Amino acid sequence: MSAISRDEVAHLAHLARLDVTDDELDRFASQLDVILQSVNRIGEVTAEDIPPTSHAVPLTNVYRADEPVPSLRREDVLAGAPDTDSDRFRVPRILGEEE
Amino acid sequence: MTDITSLTAAEIAASIKDGTVTAEAVTRAFLARIDELEPTIHAFLHIDAEGALATAREVDAARAAGETLGSLAGVPIAIKDIVVTKGMPTTAASKMLENWVPPYDATITERIRAARMPILGKTNLDEFAMGSSTEYSAFGPTRNPWDTARIPGGSGGGSAAAVAARMAPLAIGTDTGGSIRQPGAVTGTVGAKPTYGGTSRYGLVAFSSSLDTPGPVARTMLDAALLHEIIAGHDPRDSTSIPQAVPPVVAAVEQGLTGDLSGLRLGLVTEFEVGEGAEPGVIAAYRDGVETLAKLGADIVEVSCPHFQYALPAYYLIAPSECSSNLARFDGVRYGLRVGDNGERSLEEVMASTREAGFGAEVKRRIILGTYALSSGYVDEYYGQAQKVRTLITRDFEAAFGRVDALISPTTPFVAFEFGARTGDPYLMYLADLYTIPSNLYGGPAVSVPVGLSDGLPAGLQVMAPTMRDDVAYRVAAALESTQTPLLADQAPDPAKGA
Amino acid sequence: MSSLILLPSYAEATAEYDPVIGLETHVELGTRTKMFCGCTTVFGAEPNTQVCPVCLGLPGALPVANVAAIEATIRIGLALNCSIASWCRFARKNYFYPDMPKNFQTSQYDEPLCGEGYLDVNVDGRTVRIDIERVHLEEDTGKSLHVGGATGRIHGATESLVDYNRAGIPLVEIVTKPVTGTGALAPEIARAYVTELREVIRSLGVSDVRMEQGSMRCDVNTSLNRPGDEWGTRSETKNVNSLRSVERAVRSEIIRQAGVLDAGGRIVQETRHFHEDTGESTPGRSKETATDYRYFPEPDLVPMAPDPEWVAALKAALPELPRVRRQRLQESWGLSDHDMESVLNAGAVELIEETIASGASSDGARKWWMGELSRRANESGVELTDLAITPAQVGELQSLIDDGKLNDKLARQVIDGVLNGEGGPADVAKARGLEVVSDTGALQAAVDEAIAANPAVAEKIRAGTHAAAGVLIGAVMKTTKGQADAKTVRELIIQRLS
Repeated sequence: MSAISRDEVAHLAHLARLDVTDDELDRFASQLDVILQSVNRIGEVTAEDIPPTSHAVPLTNVYRADEPVPSLRREDVLAGAPDTDSDRFRVPRILGEEE
Repeated sequence: MTDITSLTAAEIAASIKDGTVTAEAVTRAFLARIDELEPTIHAFLHIDAEGALATAREVDAARAAGETLGSLAGVPIAIKDIVVTKGMPTTAASKMLENWVPPYDATITERIRAARMPILGKTNLDEFAMGSSTEYSAFGPTRNPWDTARIPGGSGGGSAAAVAARMAPLAIGTDTGGSIRQPGAVTGTVGAKPTYGGTSRYGLVAFSSSLDTPGPVARTMLDAALLHEIIAGHDPRDSTSIPQAVPPVVAAVEQGLTGDLSGLRLGLVTEFEVGEGAEPGVIAAYRDGVETLAKLGADIVEVSCPHFQYALPAYYLIAPSECSSNLARFDGVRYGLRVGDNGERSLEEVMASTREAGFGAEVKRRIILGTYALSSGYVDEYYGQAQKVRTLITRDFEAAFGRVDALISPTTPFVAFEFGARTGDPYLMYLADLYTIPSNLYGGPAVSVPVGLSDGLPAGLQVMAPTMRDDVAYRVAAALESTQTPLLADQAPDPAKGA
Repeated sequence: MSSLILLPSYAEATAEYDPVIGLETHVELGTRTKMFCGCTTVFGAEPNTQVCPVCLGLPGALPVANVAAIEATIRIGLALNCSIASWCRFARKNYFYPDMPKNFQTSQYDEPLCGEGYLDVNVDGRTVRIDIERVHLEEDTGKSLHVGGATGRIHGATESLVDYNRAGIPLVEIVTKPVTGTGALAPEIARAYVTELREVIRSLGVSDVRMEQGSMRCDVNTSLNRPGDEWGTRSETKNVNSLRSVERAVRSEIIRQAGVLDAGGRIVQETRHFHEDTGESTPGRSKETATDYRYFPEPDLVPMAPDPEWVAALKAALPELPRVRRQRLQESWGLSDHDMESVLNAGAVELIEETIASGASSDGARKWWMGELSRRANESGVELTDLAITPAQVGELQSLIDDGKLNDKLARQVIDGVLNGEGGPADVAKARGLEVVSDTGALQAAVDEAIAANPAVAEKIRAGTHAAAGVLIGAVMKTTKGQADAKTVRELIIQRLS
């Protein structure tokens, strides 16, 4: 049985905002299938009582003081933007909701 | 002086200090070498001749004014194009960032500038550092100077090839799963992955935040160590940066170069001896290396690291998961590419078109894989389980380092392969990182040093050490290097004869 | 479809259904710099002038947590009786939105900085304990200007313009457990909770908690069930930007849901947007295809493990909390529980306190804020604090009255002037000629004129019927256009006719 279906890849591509082509869907589905079959091996490891490692360094409480640092100049902020208007980043109309 | 580019970085620095050569002449020599070889090798994505020469002239002026020069002042360097450089394009070898010029410097860029090392340019890589062959660069692959029909390793193939071909005496790489060490091994150069947190990630275009580590690419252990001491050290802008003194790697290399390893115990990872698809020639070179280390006085023992076999699967869940999040910012709003904004389409459509057009196939594959591994219903089974395996691998390392000072393995299971040999099957490509990934998951330092040839192509030996004991890895590798140098010098790459 | 539903009255709705409410409140902390970078946080700066590689999400930039924000969050947690985590992490909440520079929000998921706690509020003479589920720390998003639509809203807009000045400002989210058993009081309890929470946070000095500027924002979850049944499906109303709206949002949602249920319909789990102008909400994104946020621990930030000694010191240094302070004030002002509650509901505690501090009596201060000024705030649909009059000015007004320079009627006219921006009370009184006529010569003439015009009344007073003086006082007030002090006029009349 394949680990990942074409529809599932389409859903994931949508979550990841990738407008993948039909060809890619087919190719990714079969390639991800191979990859997942291989990585599925980690399921063999019994690790119920094992704490997960999210960070490779044993550090905690790394903070900065609440002291201002100069911001970028606005021309540098906007320099790399695909489109700007009125000193803001211009984007096409938004379908989603305001958060 | 016959050929400046054949000198090591340490020799160049000394020559500049004693006035034998000017920094400008050095930089010009490397720029000339780049002019000559770049059409063949394609190690660079951007060359900054003017900027490099300006820095070189500053060094010469400083020397003329009687200033004391830093350890590598005037020694040119190439920087992997995933490290942010203010005012100089940084593309991560992606169409997504093709025209992006960062408004800020990475911490290591700042340190390189402060050390007055002329920056020759930005080197090629697999897009966003995802790959093991540099074939996934959006701007064409880099060729291996040993055989231009073959890959230079990846993701940092550009940096390794530039150093191997003497287009730069030093380079910066970044290592997430082996991207400094594996290219080092297949191009016959030195690649060092420092302790995670030992070198700042601030300004590295993030691939997998909990694994990414910048480090030196060089022709010798001493050169690597000198560069290591310039770029390493605590950075308050990186929360994962370790607030401790930099391990004394230069002194460790000097000690290693005496060729005496007595008192050190080295472990051979049992599980790697039977690893998937390792080439006999690579294993033979590695065994020769181990024998040499024993002759130098090291005590060699076998060590079992039972969970290392799960390192590759764990890595290919953790790294894609983090990358799926890190690469979400490339959406055509604030910087970089925007595709399909015709005034009619919605932002959502434009974002999806932009990301579809801007990312290459391997990047998209990993984003989708990572999205899957983090999605509800699968996160415990994949991402969560991979993080537990990470704990077990770390415990394997800790247990091993209770018995030995360092672990030894081949750097990569195979020598440089031919272009296209593994692009059809992503998992075949992933196997290139089989031996390098465990150190990334653990966070400890690991160095790849040339260990001879297999069928005329370089092989590398990897030395893995406990976290913040980069000095141990450098010492062992330098000791091995002291027995190998003549061999490599006799077979210095000459791309003009390649392929 | 909804227009076909006949809405029940609020009384009918709450007679038939039990509401369950829950509140998620976001508070922007008043730190000098942002959560993960050193950019300043001044409100109202020119667009995109308070941004850097970190808060713009530039490739390569990394966050470093602001210790002042963590301290403020712990203090909020302590003030809300929460447990403080001994170890916790930030997490990435992944979703695409142009306001959010990295397309993930650095937030907290299953390991909040502050765990369970509670906040007691007074409603209708009783104390209601609101259980707190969690308090966590995250970063704010940027702000979009929606262009081309009729209303400035997202719908109908042809494009949007994004400003990232607000992106990365520390945001504390305070989540209640579901509040049950409130019956018809749900809207008042919701309002009282947000009011009290605002007071607590203000007392800590960690935020200016200005709902109208968005530094305090409320999402209200509402569901209905028939008594004895399981809880219903909940809706989440966003964009609730004033205390008054909190109450209105709950009330209107109870009525709306009751209407749907009465008609045999089904409540959909959805996000609704509250509209300040209409007091109604409109549906937003349906949560039936809930976003998969793919939370995972933020690898760029190491875990937080607040030192217990630090937490103990923060706890010891908490200021007097509003509830305690209110009890003290209530006693010192000599108010009944009911009167004190009115003051609280009106958001007038500080105003009255400051008015007293400027020299007014407690009765005088309360009378103006709770009477005339509350009436005007209600008429204009604004909070008391939004009125263009300061406690010091109210104090000044009261002392003019105490000195006999103004009477209540004139004082109300002075308030008109102050609210109109004509200056302080004394200035307005002078400019508008509103001072009490205290010139006894002028008053005497008016009194004599009134006596002459009403001989029969004057005779009665002479005969000892002092109650008849009212007619003459009225006449005097008329000729002086209300600027006489009635007491003085009365004395003059009786003096003259004795």
